[in-house]
Amino acid sequence: MPDPIAAVARATPDPIARKVRGLSDRAIAWLFVAPTIFLLLAINIFPLIWTVRLSFTNYRANRPNEEVEWVGLRNYVRILTDDGIWANMQTTAHFLFWTLFFQVLIGFTLAWLINRKFKGNDLLTTLIVLPMMLSPAVVGNFWTFLYQPQIGLVNYVVELVTGTPASSFSMLGPGGYAPWSIVIVDTWMWTPFVMLICLAGLRSIPDYIYEAAEIDRASKWRQFWTITIPMVLPFLMLAVLFRGIENFKMFDMVVLLTGGGPGNETLLASIDLKREAFEKWRTGYSSAYAIILFVTVFGLASIYVKALNKVKER
Amino acid sequence: MSAYSVTEPTGRSKLVAGLLVTLYAVVTLLPLVWIISTGFKSGPDSISYPPKVVFDPSLEGYVNLFTTRTRVAAEEFQNLPPPETWYDEIVRDSGMVIAGPSRFGERFLNSVIIGFGSTFLSIFLGTLAAYAFSRFKVPLKDDLLFFILSTRMMPPIAVAIPIYLMYRELGLSDTHLGMILLYTAVNISLAVWLLKGFIDEIPREYEEAALIDGYTRFQAFRKVVLPQAATGIASTAIFCLIFAWNEYAFAVLLTSGTAQTAPPFIPTIIGVGGQDWPAVAAGATIFLLPVMIFTILLRKHLLRGITFGAVRK
Amino acid sequence: MKARLLAATSAAALCFAGGASAQSNELTLCWAAWDPANALVELSKDFEAQSGIKMNFEFVPWPNFADRMLNELNSGGQLCDLLIGDSQWIGGSAENGHYVKLNDFFDKEGISMDDFAPATVYAYSTWPKGTPNYYALPAMGDANGWFYRKDWFARPEIQAEFKEKYGRDLAEPKTQKELLEIAQFFQGREIDGQTVYGASIFTERGSEGITMGATGALYAWGFKYENTPGSYDMEGAVNSPAAVEGLEFYKELYKTATPPGYDNAYMEQSLDAFKSGQVAMAMNWFAFFPGLYADPNTGGDKIDFFVNPAQNQPASTLGGQGISVVSYTDNMDGALAYIKWFAQPDVQKKWWSMGGYSCHRAVLEDPEFVNSAPFAGDFLEAMGAVQDFWQEPAYASLLLAMQERLHNYVVADQGTAQEALDGLIADWTEVFEDEGKL
Repeated sequence: MPDPIAAVARATPDPIARKVRGLSDRAIAWLFVAPTIFLLLAINIFPLIWTVRLSFTNYRANRPNEEVEWVGLRNYVRILTDDGIWANMQTTAHFLFWTLFFQVLIGFTLAWLINRKFKGNDLLTTLIVLPMMLSPAVVGNFWTFLYQPQIGLVNYVVELVTGTPASSFSMLGPGGYAPWSIVIVDTWMWTPFVMLICLAGLRSIPDYIYEAAEIDRASKWRQFWTITIPMVLPFLMLAVLFRGIENFKMFDMVVLLTGGGPGNETLLASIDLKREAFEKWRTGYSSAYAIILFVTVFGLASIYVKALNKVKER
Repeated sequence: MSAYSVTEPTGRSKLVAGLLVTLYAVVTLLPLVWIISTGFKSGPDSISYPPKVVFDPSLEGYVNLFTTRTRVAAEEFQNLPPPETWYDEIVRDSGMVIAGPSRFGERFLNSVIIGFGSTFLSIFLGTLAAYAFSRFKVPLKDDLLFFILSTRMMPPIAVAIPIYLMYRELGLSDTHLGMILLYTAVNISLAVWLLKGFIDEIPREYEEAALIDGYTRFQAFRKVVLPQAATGIASTAIFCLIFAWNEYAFAVLLTSGTAQTAPPFIPTIIGVGGQDWPAVAAGATIFLLPVMIFTILLRKHLLRGITFGAVRK
Repeated sequence: MKARLLAATSAAALCFAGGASAQSNELTLCWAAWDPANALVELSKDFEAQSGIKMNFEFVPWPNFADRMLNELNSGGQLCDLLIGDSQWIGGSAENGHYVKLNDFFDKEGISMDDFAPATVYAYSTWPKGTPNYYALPAMGDANGWFYRKDWFARPEIQAEFKEKYGRDLAEPKTQKELLEIAQFFQGREIDGQTVYGASIFTERGSEGITMGATGALYAWGFKYENTPGSYDMEGAVNSPAAVEGLEFYKELYKTATPPGYDNAYMEQSLDAFKSGQVAMAMNWFAFFPGLYADPNTGGDKIDFFVNPAQNQPASTLGGQGISVVSYTDNMDGALAYIKWFAQPDVQKKWWSMGGYSCHRAVLEDPEFVNSAPFAGDFLEAMGAVQDFWQEPAYASLLLAMQERLHNYVVADQGTAQEALDGLIADWTEVFEDEGKL
């Protein structure tokens, strides 16, 4: 098989290739990795170090003429002893847990069903992934409209289906629905992402494994738990990792949906951080806040990636 | 494939699965259909109480999306020459005149430049890095990979202020290049991770054979690995584009007059007195089209791309 | 940064001496994207014709307006030469040197602040508050007012039923408590086969909505920010018994007389509720009234307007903006020329006729003014008793604290009004301590 390609390659001398010809594997490796690393250093790491520095000061980006004072750990102490911020963290945890739970549950189920390869499955797959192609800004904005009891779609449909009067409940209002309403929107939008990755996992399982199991007379149920689940698990965990990271820092959609309300019921830590940084302009304080959030995700993700690697090795 | 396969689902299970997935698709597409149909409603119909399912279609939303309008004094309005075009007529019906085009066109074009530019750059850099990580002994490989991933964990606000100050000094603030670089930096972690997965699955034997045939490493990469990874690249590109196309937080904070993209613009289209829902819906619909078309065009790649692992050893 | 500021101020000084030789011929004016902004574009065509300067406009939608513009100012950006900025920004923008101080310019050009309504000069132009240091020219007067379904109010059966129930005629409310009664009267009523509700009010959590709505009641009851202006002495003013009563009133209004689902409502939602025929009354900024009056479905003879009703005293919540010259402009001459042009009585008259709320006394004190629009008289009355939020440089922190306290109490049902206002004093004290003002 490589012969014709090699022939073509020899026939078309490639100037770049000739230049690179002499390079060792090691040099090529560095050449390939360096631009990425450089970009990340410039646009992520350098600003991050700057943020760390700012977090020890009382700097305010909107008061350029004011003296900047070094305040040591004061910002950190203030944040870690603030009950309000712990409440925001709990709100974030609630949002994170339930969005991941529903997205994995529904996403995997869908993938598993689509993997039956019924007629028209690829058309349906394309349709199902549409919500995740919308902008979170549009989604947040439009769902306030959909959730509006008198003129919105959601309550209207609920009334049609269950008979509960549309005006008798408010999805974003008081009454405890709001934290669930934001979970619903995020699940609606991002379940397709989890589904796609699960589908990739399912289709990566070679048929012969099932055939062997069939010969061993393993039941379908047993096959599902001993073959399907373990083989899909690394993919599923990767999907959870990406969604988890995204939802931890997500704020645009929820800001537009609820503004953090009613009261503080949906005030995610990331929304609070945005207010401190770009509305109150407490740059130093919010830098410390950002670092604390970052360290939290970083810590959780490192443990998680270790677990993921273990699962992969199995 | 043989006539009978133990792994082929039975007809009935296919039917049930098809019905369930169709049901999910109907439910999940309902809000989307609602958005698209709102774009074709008139202003009063869009906020009708109770909501209107059947309505007289109107292009008011689309006209409002692309124009700015103004109200003129009643006597002046009487004396205007008759409307010249169909869109003039729609605007006149609401008692206004067209004052000029809106900024939507510019914003949309910015989105195209920044969205596709950063997607291309992410894929380009990501493929190189993913190949290196996949094939070579890179020192501290796992740490570097985790480092790349970790950059995605940063809340955008965490780095927004320094980036903001830095961009201002470098003159990158509110420029297309600045936004392309920024979105590339955010996307590259996803690109490297996904692409590494795809390249890992390409059997090394192909390249080794090519190397024996006298290819250099670089030629082998270009002529053997890249074509094999095309499907993976296509599906990764979709994910990168979806992010860059829709990003909101940085766009709000870092861009203003010149390089602002459409997402900060759409949800805030204000008509006369309040939010112009048909125009917002029209904007959302038009804005969805390019990614949708891109996805449909690459659909086979998306589906084949994610099944790529099927050749796993 | 300091050098830039110095350069800007010296440029301001120079331009008075230097004459108009070296000016570039374009100006960019920044404002919020809403009805009056479109009118300003039309109005400015006269300026373009007279001066030969080309006007560009950057209108930012309300939800992003503060973020975008303050970002722009803080970064010393040159996008805007002229900025029509919110009244609360003036403290920060004056202290940080974003706005050019206009006193010398006004003196030289003979523009007198006495020609403008005093409440608007105080609110939109001065910093520190009430001192003759001007950083803006009052551009767009605004206050929070009310409008209602005149056609519903006029129906005989509704009139009769109301009279029977309350012993008086159904008419524009004169007090906050009358407003509540009317709203409760309409709440849940069937009109033309639809269930309708009392009033739509501001309850928005994220930016400033609920504060702007609730202060309408708080001010009317006698809420004050400080016992003595400038003292930051808030105990007994912010949480006075009258203030507590006012806040309890607002919650009762919200709980008993507003349509379901308006738990995070601001300008747009209030307008939607009214225009879709859900409510008998609604609150909103006067800026929207020309548009509402012209609305083909719910405007014209179906709508009328009234000023925020008094309770213990007449009071309205202030909106509106002054026009300022941004220090970082590279066309100081042109920007100042625009202000000079805009301050002329004739231009101001035209401004009002196009839907902009002029603050010029030549417009407001014209005997014809009250009859020039159905809401003109209400506007005058409102502007006679307006009160504004803190205009401190730290106004955003103060505002967000109030948003949280009010929303927690009014919408999310947490604690009592007394606790909310006591808590607010604690929050504000912390902010002022951080600022070194307490």
